[in-house]
Amino acid sequence: MSFLGRLRQGLSRTKNQLVERFDDIVRRADTPERRSRPVDVETIDALEELLISADIGMPATERIIEAVRRRSRRGESLRDLVKEELRAIFDAADRPVPDEVRPHVVLIVGVNGTGKTTTVGKLASLARAQGAQPLVCAADTYRAAAVEQLEIWAKRAGVDIVRAREGSDPAAVVYDALSAGRARDRSPILVDTAGRLHTRVNLMNELEKIRRIAAREVSGAPHEVLLVLDATVGQNGLTQAREFMGASGVNGIVLTKLDGTAKGGVAVAIAHDLQLPIRYVGVGEGMDDLIPFAPAEYIDALFEEKW
Amino acid sequence: MFDSLSDRLQGVFKSLRGQARLTESNVESVLREIRLALLEADVNFKVVKAFIDRVRDRAMGQDVLRSLTPAQHVVKIVREEMLALFGDTDGGLPPAPRSPRVVLLLGLQGSGKTTTAAKLAAWLARQGRHPILVSTDVRRPAAIQQLNVLGAKAKIRVHDPAGEMDPVVRAAGALREARNTGFDVVIVDTAGRLHIDDDLMVELQAIQSAVEPTDRLFVADAMTGQDAIKSAGEFNRRVGVTGVVLTKLDGDARGGAALSVVSVVGVPIAFVGSGERLEDLEPFHPDRVVSRILGMGDVLSLIEKAEAAIDRDQAERLEQKIRLDDFTLDDFRDQLRTIRKMGPLESIMGMLPGLGNLKQLADNKPDEKQLARIEAIIGSMTPQERRRQDIINGSRRKRIARGSGTTVEEVNKLLKQFVQMRKMLKSIGGMGGGRKGRRKALGMLQSLGQRR
Repeated sequence: MSFLGRLRQGLSRTKNQLVERFDDIVRRADTPERRSRPVDVETIDALEELLISADIGMPATERIIEAVRRRSRRGESLRDLVKEELRAIFDAADRPVPDEVRPHVVLIVGVNGTGKTTTVGKLASLARAQGAQPLVCAADTYRAAAVEQLEIWAKRAGVDIVRAREGSDPAAVVYDALSAGRARDRSPILVDTAGRLHTRVNLMNELEKIRRIAAREVSGAPHEVLLVLDATVGQNGLTQAREFMGASGVNGIVLTKLDGTAKGGVAVAIAHDLQLPIRYVGVGEGMDDLIPFAPAEYIDALFEEKW
Repeated sequence: MFDSLSDRLQGVFKSLRGQARLTESNVESVLREIRLALLEADVNFKVVKAFIDRVRDRAMGQDVLRSLTPAQHVVKIVREEMLALFGDTDGGLPPAPRSPRVVLLLGLQGSGKTTTAAKLAAWLARQGRHPILVSTDVRRPAAIQQLNVLGAKAKIRVHDPAGEMDPVVRAAGALREARNTGFDVVIVDTAGRLHIDDDLMVELQAIQSAVEPTDRLFVADAMTGQDAIKSAGEFNRRVGVTGVVLTKLDGDARGGAALSVVSVVGVPIAFVGSGERLEDLEPFHPDRVVSRILGMGDVLSLIEKAEAAIDRDQAERLEQKIRLDDFTLDDFRDQLRTIRKMGPLESIMGMLPGLGNLKQLADNKPDEKQLARIEAIIGSMTPQERRRQDIINGSRRKRIARGSGTTVEEVNKLLKQFVQMRKMLKSIGGMGGGRKGRRKALGMLQSLGQRR
């Protein structure tokens, strides 16, 4: 299935509410005779509400509203204006993924309960499907049964796993995984880390240590540090992103649980405020329900009239 | 990035100094700030709207109380209205109508149900109950095992018939075991599910009719955004939620979702989860979450934590000593140890009003190692030196520095700080203990926070 198809399927509920309400606003405001006039207050308010209720946050919302105010006089359609503005925000955040070095080391980080372990499992499956030979590393030595959970995912995806006992030093497990990965010529190496609140300084320091070890073993590693965000998260997602960027050099976002009614709009806020791109979105519980993110199509999927 | 509501309002009122009444024009700009503050705290915008209307009605045309600035006055109204929304509750569970009590935990994936199940069991055991745990999460890999591990850690019986993969049978089996062997609370952990996943919601209803839970607790992540209102509403429609558990409150999320959930579901918040340890579950106190949403710190939690760490006799002895100006380096070391017992310094400082934002603390981070060094310095003193710090002369300082592996400068610094602290304690010492004294101390803490 194409990206769009998969996304549509996952987003079908997300879409209904957002699109219907957006359609409502547009239907009232976006008539040819009204286009030449400034947008009325009611439309602005409705649009603002819509964006806020998608967790897009005040700064990004204000930017979009401002653009609508400024440009709507020129007779452009409201729908296109909002879409374009969102696209501009995503485009400004886009960065290429470095991929010269083998093994490609990916660190998965985030607060508790966002779906890190599941994401690692799905990423392994995705890499397999693309013909790569991934290795997963269970560096969540804290949460009860986290290693077992990843083991089951690894088995399902048919990939090797490097694990350690509960309570051992995560950096040491990462070291083992990198050595094993090089010896067996595996790439990418996907590292699952324990969930940690970004306010816990000690745990954040542990991530720095993992990074240090990785960089010593493989040049430029970790090449990707993906912050896993739950689509239901609110404005705290922004704080999380900022803190994890500081402590672990996050350079991409994975947005999970997009198959609910939440829109993960805080990713827009993150792209806007921190220029962090979304790399993958999770749209279901199945093995293949993680797909690379494509901003243009994502926005289209959100705002198309009919599918 | 998050300013407390009082800071924001102070800004608005700067231009309005000297106004004795809240007028239509100044109230509107104030309401706008409140609205933004609440939205940034992730309170649902529908809830915000209704809320703002109520505050407007109350604030308009009111005389500002003598003792308060207009900003404080508005904050007072907002606080009161918010507390009214949370209702008059002290958290925890209501008395059970029958035994065994059956508690069903439900919620979205990753909200913290399994952890909460174990924490709740540990809390109930501390109350003298005999809980039994059962996982009905046959979907998430290793979820059952996770509960087994946590149960073993908390020394709580976990009902886990090997190979049984039917959630309803598992739940019913736990209830049967409880009846047969005298457990008085059954805690049923369920798989995380999306509120729009019809199959799984039907499964939840099947579990419900099999065990007829007395309590159906919706477990919600304090970091949830605007969507909280939808998921909570749908779970409530399907199974009738009787209470809410708010988890991950140990982060820096404002927890506005709490307000959304309570407004939608109309049931009290029973517990809050505030850490990764099994003891980190507490009955909910509305005033604390309100303070948090408004960015006003959490002084009460701090005091309670302190009370848990300090043993009462010790505290009384200390008070006596302070009054008699008899506070020694020995006592100082006891104090340090007590503070360290309360938990990591960062989390304690996070509870202080005005210090809530870790960002501001970035260059001023409390250093746990520093405390260890101070302990080492005091440990290298003779008992006599600890009782009478004024006998510590130059050569004694050198010896102490050598003994503790520090420098004379550090020893000097510590002694200087100690003398200052003694002076400060003496001035507070006259205040007297008890509730009244505590409230006074609270006021001082709060004014400290505000002056920043």
